[in-house]
Amino acid sequence: MASQAELERDKASDRAGWLLSSPALLILAVAAIGPLFIMLVYSFLIPGEYGNVEWGFSTDAWTGILFTRDVFDDTLRLEDAHLTILWRSVKLSLLTTVFAFLVGFPTAWFIATRPPKARALWLFLITIPFWTNLLIRTFAINEIIRAEGLLNTVLLWAGLIQKPLEIIYTDFAVFLGMTYVYLPLMVLPLFASIDRFDMRLLEAGYDLYASRWQVLRRIIVPVVKPGIVAGSILVFVPALGAYVTPRILGGGKQMMIGNFIELQFGQGRNWPLGAALSVTLLIIVTAALLIYVRFANRERGHG
Amino acid sequence: MADRGFVVSRLPGFTTVALLVFAALYLPILVLVVFSFNGGDSLSQWGGFSFRWFAKAWENDQVKDATIRSLWLALVAAAIATAVATAAALGTTRRKPFNGQTFIYVMINQPLMVPEIVTAVALLIFFAWFKVNLGYQGMGYLVAAHAGFCIPFAYLPIRARLESMDLTLETAAADLYATPWLTFRRVTFPLLLPGIIAGMMLAFVTSLDDVVITLFVKSAGQDTLPTYMLGQIRRQVSTEVYAISTMLLALTVVLLTAFFALTRKRD
Repeated sequence: MASQAELERDKASDRAGWLLSSPALLILAVAAIGPLFIMLVYSFLIPGEYGNVEWGFSTDAWTGILFTRDVFDDTLRLEDAHLTILWRSVKLSLLTTVFAFLVGFPTAWFIATRPPKARALWLFLITIPFWTNLLIRTFAINEIIRAEGLLNTVLLWAGLIQKPLEIIYTDFAVFLGMTYVYLPLMVLPLFASIDRFDMRLLEAGYDLYASRWQVLRRIIVPVVKPGIVAGSILVFVPALGAYVTPRILGGGKQMMIGNFIELQFGQGRNWPLGAALSVTLLIIVTAALLIYVRFANRERGHG
Repeated sequence: MADRGFVVSRLPGFTTVALLVFAALYLPILVLVVFSFNGGDSLSQWGGFSFRWFAKAWENDQVKDATIRSLWLALVAAAIATAVATAAALGTTRRKPFNGQTFIYVMINQPLMVPEIVTAVALLIFFAWFKVNLGYQGMGYLVAAHAGFCIPFAYLPIRARLESMDLTLETAAADLYATPWLTFRRVTFPLLLPGIIAGMMLAFVTSLDDVVITLFVKSAGQDTLPTYMLGQIRRQVSTEVYAISTMLLALTVVLLTAFFALTRKRD
């Protein structure tokens, strides 16, 4: 049973916890969380003529995501341009996540099975691209795949192709760029979970005459699942909201939702639509995170 | 077992894929660095080794201004983020779980979970109101925004350091009638310092790297190095941009190496 003094001490400790955290919370309220609520409000306002908004309630921005209002008879039609961009964003983000997993898993496995000293070095090597400026990495990919880039130069020189491959400014270029840029985000959590994996389970598996494929599918994958889910979320979320990579490698034509949102605040001058699209993106991301939390909790419950 | 050289943890093809991945990660960066030393006028042709694009970037006043602004912003934002993150880490570790602790965790990590473009647009809307109604156009907005998204990057290494620290020294200090403040100053803080420096470095690199949020929050004439570089690519990629990239890359590698030296566990 807790004594009165202990309860008092706990209460003081609670207060100290809040007090010490409050400066950080205050900055976050002003520079991160508060603005999100204001954005939600803006999505229900009327677009101003020169950008910004006029104060008045309207749900046009929200219907505008999927529909356009016909100028003549005021009926609603499905807006396929918006749907195309939404679909492209989801498709490219999913492809990026899957491909990053396919090459990221062996990479993480490789790092985790090195001797301790070498492991630190390989881990350091994967961290450098992770912390390298996103723009620099996108420029780097640009340098490889553009019309006069390294890839085409080499292929032309080798006589394998007659005219340069047109990779840049396509969906494929954006996919390639995003995989390159977000790959470390897949490898790092995978490494963390494989590092904790008990290799004796493999011996047990082989002793029971499992093939390597069975061992991979039936033992390794189920055990390191939290890392797989975490890595997938970490790649999927920023890929879905990507702005810089599609802008440079997609050349403004292969837009993703991030670029489209920006357009509404610039040339489009439709702030409420931009705000509504941002909230939509936030909802998709939150849904993905909730799925992750459920997965993570279930794993912990079993373990 | 019976097979010679059978290693339990080896899976066929994995090493090949991993080595290819490392090659693919480094090849583009390497090409970029090599081409930043290109003496020729165009990117497509190699015109011999030269520092001319570095010299050109160095003499470009826009680049100079953007560099100074980037470094100043990253330093101020990282200092603020580290200070508040240290306080928050002290407040949320090594005590019994309290009401709202999860809430504080979620709040602090929030910038990691929301896509950057969403935060950027929300800040554009929010700060536009201030810019119109208060008329203030200064660097304050960028400082606040950068300090905000740097907080989790400063918080995580500091918390990790705190959690691995031994409580006994502080208990001993308290037993010897040191006040909490004296205990913090003479015992906790010196022990925590490597974590604080590591956190500040990550916050610094994070701020230095940001493109999207800066792009939406900055007022006219407040280009940082990344937003300047993004603006340049709209016209045509120039070797000068590659030269700037190489310098920025070198800075990142130096900071990261220092970071790992600081956080490495002592044997």
